[in-house]
Amino acid sequence: MEINAKIRKFLSRFFKKHEIADTDDIFALGFVNSLFAMQLVMFLEKEFGIAVETKDLDFNNFRTIESMIQFVENKQSA
Amino acid sequence: MSQAKKKEKKIKCVVWDLDHTLWNGVLLEDRNVQLREGLLEIIKELDNRGILQSIASKNEHNTTMAKLEEFGIAEYFLYPHINWNSKSSSIKNIVTSLNIGMDTIAFVDDQPFEREEVSFELPDVFCWDAADVHAMLDLPEMTPTFITEDSKKRRHMYMSDIERQKVEEEFTGPQEEFLASLEMVLKISKVGSDDLQRAEELTVRTNQLNTTGYTYSYEELDALRQSDQHKLMIVELQDKYGEYGKIGLVLIECGEQDWKIKLLLMSCRVMSRGVGSILMNHILQLAHQHNVRLLAEFVKTDRNRMMYVSYKFAGFKEVEENGDHVLFEADLSRVQPFPDYVKVHVLD
Repeated sequence: MEINAKIRKFLSRFFKKHEIADTDDIFALGFVNSLFAMQLVMFLEKEFGIAVETKDLDFNNFRTIESMIQFVENKQSA
Repeated sequence: MSQAKKKEKKIKCVVWDLDHTLWNGVLLEDRNVQLREGLLEIIKELDNRGILQSIASKNEHNTTMAKLEEFGIAEYFLYPHINWNSKSSSIKNIVTSLNIGMDTIAFVDDQPFEREEVSFELPDVFCWDAADVHAMLDLPEMTPTFITEDSKKRRHMYMSDIERQKVEEEFTGPQEEFLASLEMVLKISKVGSDDLQRAEELTVRTNQLNTTGYTYSYEELDALRQSDQHKLMIVELQDKYGEYGKIGLVLIECGEQDWKIKLLLMSCRVMSRGVGSILMNHILQLAHQHNVRLLAEFVKTDRNRMMYVSYKFAGFKEVEENGDHVLFEADLSRVQPFPDYVKVHVLD
């Protein structure tokens, strides 16, 4: 499964809006709590074998599906 | 202000063995075992102090639960583990279910072998010989500084949590719909004189969802709530299953141009309820209205990464870093609205 599909599958467990566009701001959907934030970070780390460091915890990296994909790709190629 | 006062170790849950500990004799050999003298009073007193109780016993599950029912004490024990596994594995499961720290567990057993097995596997657990059970209530570890309304209700609140968790596990839709189904009401209010004991208790008891870990005494909190230069707020949550009680606390130091969040904490029982983000948003809105810069102190520990992530995801940025100490500044251009799955009442 490509990165996009994997992230979508993860997000679908949390959001009732079924179709999240690649550029939708998930923070603007009004559902970001501490547990979700932590689960998202841990999901990305585990699923894509990357380490999310403190300096990476910029919400711009996690704001949209598009930005998450880019973040994961940058991390993987680093 | 004495902020970095060392936290005293307080026990949050006592895990009991049964044979020769809670009752005299061995249940599988003698169906007419009797509770040891004074044990019922100890169980009730621990409950009254807000200390939770559970069981790690090697026994046959159904027979044992029936016996506890017969004694009328089954309801006192959350997540009883009655099986043939090692006691350390039972305690690990209990700790995970209750979501509390291993170092807040006391384990009472008459057998040195069991206590040693637990001590070896889980060195943070406080092990106690059942022979000395009558001295247990006098230990400082078993004596909360205050017994508040919330401590007396604690077991019942955990029992409604178990009910919620069952519903959550069986719920197949997205988490957002589950949260909406809870019909949550969140109340944010100024700390009143009645809240001081609970406020102090929260600073001492809360580790995971705590941004700085600063603790304040009753007197300090009393002064802070009346100070013009501070805002001290307490947060209460309820849903259709009942009350969670007073579960969050915020302290803001309010300067002319800068506001600084000194403390923001929440009970881990509300970890998945979105309370932290709502609280951060409320503070962001307030700061925005007052036209001040919003800063937040943070002290990293091995347990509070979740709060770090929460600040970062709420748009806070590091402006200073000094070892474990971080100073954040908020981006006030972007303030999230409250999510619609919870009703928020702000009482000023």
